[in-house]
Amino acid sequence: MAEGGSWFEPKILGFLCNWCSYAAADLAGMSRMEYPPNIRCIRVMCSGRVEPSFVLEALREGYDGVLIAGCHPPSDCHYQSGNLKARRRYYLLRKLLRELGINPDRVRLEWASASEGQRFAEIVRDFTEQLRRLGPNPIRAMRVGGGE
Amino acid sequence: MAEGNKLNLAIGLGATCSGCDVTIVDLAEDLPKILSSANIVFWPTAADLKLKDLEAMADGSIDLCLYHGSIVNEENAEIAKLLRRKSKLLVAFGSCACFGGIPGLGNLTNREQLLETVYGTPSTENPNGIKPQGEVIVDGYRMRVPRRLDLALPLSGVVEVDYLIPGCPPQTSQVRDSFEAILSGNLPPKGSIIGPGKNLCDECPRKREGKAIARIVRPHEIIPDPEKCLLDQGILCMGPATRAGCGAKCIKANMRCEGCMGPPDGIRDQGAKMLSTIASILGLEGEEKMTEEEVAKLMDGIADPVGLFYLFSLPSSILRRKWGEV
Repeated sequence: MAEGGSWFEPKILGFLCNWCSYAAADLAGMSRMEYPPNIRCIRVMCSGRVEPSFVLEALREGYDGVLIAGCHPPSDCHYQSGNLKARRRYYLLRKLLRELGINPDRVRLEWASASEGQRFAEIVRDFTEQLRRLGPNPIRAMRVGGGE
Repeated sequence: MAEGNKLNLAIGLGATCSGCDVTIVDLAEDLPKILSSANIVFWPTAADLKLKDLEAMADGSIDLCLYHGSIVNEENAEIAKLLRRKSKLLVAFGSCACFGGIPGLGNLTNREQLLETVYGTPSTENPNGIKPQGEVIVDGYRMRVPRRLDLALPLSGVVEVDYLIPGCPPQTSQVRDSFEAILSGNLPPKGSIIGPGKNLCDECPRKREGKAIARIVRPHEIIPDPEKCLLDQGILCMGPATRAGCGAKCIKANMRCEGCMGPPDGIRDQGAKMLSTIASILGLEGEEKMTEEEVAKLMDGIADPVGLFYLFSLPSSILRRKWGEV
C-alpha cells in the first residue's frame, strides 16, 4: 500500500457531540452537501464523554483516523466545560500517541456548531485528504502484513 | 491431590527480578504452614530441581503453579507452556506475569535496539561487537542463548491463565488470602484477579478535597503534606487508575502510587484512564481564553506519558507497543 496511493481509502471514525457537531453533520446531510463517505459517525452526548481508550481502541481496530467533534470553546458546551476537558485530553493523548509511534495527526479535534454544516463537510474533506497523504494506519498495515 | 494429601506446588519464573520470590519467603511464620500442606515440586530460585525433572512429571500433576515474570524470550515462552501442561491451576503472580510489568517497557523499542544498547554502547567493553548468536558450538558442545521475542508479553500472551495476583511484588497479605482461597476451593470465576476490584483511592487514608490542580508537580519539587491527597497537591499519583489491595503502602510512606496493581475492575487500559483523570482535574487558570497552542503547550509539561501511565501495564494495554517512528 503505497503512501498517498490514489486507491487508498482511509477509514475515519467520528465521535460527534449530540448538541453541536452531530447537528452540523445532520445539517450537511439535509442540505445535500457533498463530502467523502470515509467517515463513520457515532453520536455521543458530549465531546467530554470521549474517553481516550475509545480513540486507542479505534486505532487498534484499524481505523486510519479518529475525529472528535464538539461545541466551540469556551462557552458553547451544553455541559459548560465538557469541550474544555476534551481539549485537555486531546493534547495529552497526542503526546502519548507520538511516544507510541503513531502519528498524532491521525486524531483530530474540531469544533462545529449546529449551524456549521458547511464547516463539518470541509473538516471531513480535509481530514480524508490528510489521511490519504499519511497512508494506512501502521497497526492495520502490520496486521495485514503478518507482522502481528 | 498427590502424596499424602499434600498439594503439589510449583513456582515458575520468566523475566523477573525475583522480588515475587521474596514475597513468598516474606510469608514468614505462615510459610511453614503452607509448606506443611504442599510439596514443592519446582522452584528454580529455592529448590534444586531441574527442567528435566519438570519434563518428567505427568501432565496435570501440579496442583498449583505460581508463575512470576514476563515473557520476553523463547525460553520463557517454552517453560510457560510446559508449566501450563503440567498444572491444574496456573496463576500469574505479580505484575510482570499479569500485565507485562517493567520489562514490558521494552515494547517502546525493539530487539535490535535493545541488543545494541546492551552490547554496543560505549560503556560496554565489547571491542569485537559480539552479540548473542542464538546457537553456538564450543568445544563440540551445542550451546543455546534463547532468542528475544519481538514483544514482551504477559503470561496470558502465551498460555491460558486461571487466576491473576497482581502487585510489584504482591503483598504477603494478598498471597496469604489467595492461598487460603485456593486451598479451600473458594475461588472466583476463572480468569479473574484475586483481590478487591475497586481503585486505590478507595482504601487510601488521605483526605481528598477534589480540587482542580494548576500544574503537575514532580516528586522532588515538594515535600508532600502526609494528610492530603497527593493529586490535590499536584503529584501525579496513579491511585485513581490502579487496583486496591496493597494497603496503600507507598502512599503511607508519602510516595505516589506508581500503579503496580494494574487497572481496577471495568477499566480496560490503565494509562488511558489515568490520562483521562489527569486531563479532567488539571484546572487551567484562564483556560477559557487560551488558544489551542497554549493548551497544547501546558499538556506538553507532562514528560513521558507512557513511562508514567503504563509503567507496569504496557504489554496488556490497548496499543501494547511502539508502532513506528513519527
